[in-house]
Amino acid sequence: MSEPILRLDSLCKDFGEGLVLNDLSLDILPGEFLTLLGPSGCGKTTTLRIIAGLERPTSGRVFLEGADVTGLPPEKRHVNTVFQNYALFPHMNVFQNVAYGLRVLKISKQEQRERVMAALALVRLSGYERRMPSQLSGGQKQRVAIARAVVLQPKVLLLDEPLGALDLKLRQDMQKELKQLQRQLGITFVYITHDQEEALNMSSRIVIMHGGRIEQTGTPEDVYEHPRTLFAADFIGQSNLLHGVVTAISSDGITLDVEGVSLPALPSDTFRPAVGERAALCLRPQRVRYGSTAQHGMTLRGIIRSKEYAGGMQHTQIALNDRFTLNAVTQSAELDSYALGSEVYVGWSIRHAPLVPDALGEAV
Amino acid sequence: MEDQQRRDLRFARLLKLPMYLWTIVFVFVALLYVIGLSFLSRGEVVGVTGEVTLSNYARLASPDYLKVLLQSLKLAALTTLICIVVGYPFGYLMARLNPMARSVVMLLIIVPFWTNALIRIYGWRILFLANGPLNTLLLSLGLIKEPLKLLYTDGAVLLGMVYALIPFMILPTFTTVDKLDFSVVEAARDLGASPLYAFFTVTVPLTLAGLMAGCVLVFIPSMGLFFLNDLLGGSKSVLAGGLIQQLINSRDLPMAAALSVLLLAVTGAVIAVYRKLGGSGDMSMF
Repeated sequence: MSEPILRLDSLCKDFGEGLVLNDLSLDILPGEFLTLLGPSGCGKTTTLRIIAGLERPTSGRVFLEGADVTGLPPEKRHVNTVFQNYALFPHMNVFQNVAYGLRVLKISKQEQRERVMAALALVRLSGYERRMPSQLSGGQKQRVAIARAVVLQPKVLLLDEPLGALDLKLRQDMQKELKQLQRQLGITFVYITHDQEEALNMSSRIVIMHGGRIEQTGTPEDVYEHPRTLFAADFIGQSNLLHGVVTAISSDGITLDVEGVSLPALPSDTFRPAVGERAALCLRPQRVRYGSTAQHGMTLRGIIRSKEYAGGMQHTQIALNDRFTLNAVTQSAELDSYALGSEVYVGWSIRHAPLVPDALGEAV
Repeated sequence: MEDQQRRDLRFARLLKLPMYLWTIVFVFVALLYVIGLSFLSRGEVVGVTGEVTLSNYARLASPDYLKVLLQSLKLAALTTLICIVVGYPFGYLMARLNPMARSVVMLLIIVPFWTNALIRIYGWRILFLANGPLNTLLLSLGLIKEPLKLLYTDGAVLLGMVYALIPFMILPTFTTVDKLDFSVVEAARDLGASPLYAFFTVTVPLTLAGLMAGCVLVFIPSMGLFFLNDLLGGSKSVLAGGLIQQLINSRDLPMAAALSVLLLAVTGAVIAVYRKLGGSGDMSMF
């Protein structure tokens, strides 16, 4: 285990209207692409601003390479930020914007020039030195903001929803570019987004935040396949959330009663409910299988309620009873031929339906 | 349909008529009158003669008049400078206040305007008298042995000028700082700038429009506020505005007109410089 480059220790922040951050602790390792993911108001931007030094925590400490920087102003920290609205200096051209941090450091004109040119080449903006920010497109402004920050070779680069204002196509291109840039530079990225797809695409590790706390930390695959809380399951990707009560526990697993249907489930490392306790199964629509015969563990019976073809995928709703409907998604290649109202057998592999505490009510 | 449009257009033109009339009569005609007057000669007893001459302008070039002009420019420049030093930080800090405190400060700036400026200057006179409140206070505190001469000094005039004109520096500054997106200042800090460095490289350049607007709004009136000099300076040193008034009183209207035209030219030059330096649309009135 390498030493964390950045350590957040029990951060709390109160702006006077309740805790925005509630005892948040996190170790960030060198070279990570760490994403803080959560809905607006979850505390992710506040966390970033505390790391940057633009905000002081009410309590808790921030360590950069082992040194306590909690009380240091932003200019004394070797981290840089790519702001959400770019925050380019409108009265300076692209060159002057990127050179700003170097000018502060009183680096020689010659070296300034070399480093600015290298940074602009990195973000593919060579030749734009003399443009004013007002003459740039959103994507170009974004690149200038990135160049302006990486030219200082920060220990950690903080990115506050940098792609939020861009349109979908450009956003996807920039995602790839940012990831490539991060690999190329080897700088630790702390990235903020509320877009779960962006987080899954780019991160080496995702921190799901909710209500000023960390809900779950893990690799994209880990948080997607093994959500540990109902919030994580609901926030990341599409899920059938099957709320129920534990009715039996055996060595084979757990039996959960959902709307009168008994479903098998497995306890997880972090959640081993007792009989009578409420729990929920998180079932991805892609994991739901159905067919005309009771094979491959498809033991439940349901009725096709609706079918919708969207973007190469077949979305199907299957009713197990009046109150219990499952969403299923299949590749269009295996388009089913079942008519609406026809009866099918339904099932899934229980390893692909993690069990979580049914506690969304109190958290939300 | 087209008839309707034409009628609307005619009506719109009609609505503009008072504005044109007002401008033509009270600005354009008045200006022409003053300019015309400046080329005439003074009558023996009253009024003017029809003799066209350039002698008024020739007299303006004399050292006496130049001295008055120079003195006026110096006072205006000094007034503007003090208004920058005091008014800009004031406007800046005001924009950073919470909405409640900001309204209170705004009210405090505006309230004096509810009283006539002349009356307010009389207030300063009383304050500055040899046996006035300020001297009495200083004497009773033992800070001075005998009353200071405050009234009828250049300092009193300067103070009066700054007092009368500083709101015109504060308000444009306040407006531009209020509109400033402070994330750029945070970006500067994030890139390593100290608060002071960020202020001078980011905040000031981005609020320069307000500062320059304030300079124009302070500099121009300070050339003409003659009654201030009369009341607080005792007209010891003659300023351009006061001189025009004196010339009118001594019935030398052509000379007064010529000096007015010169003052107008100076003012025009100041605005031209302002626009050249990139004054923004904030000052659309110019």
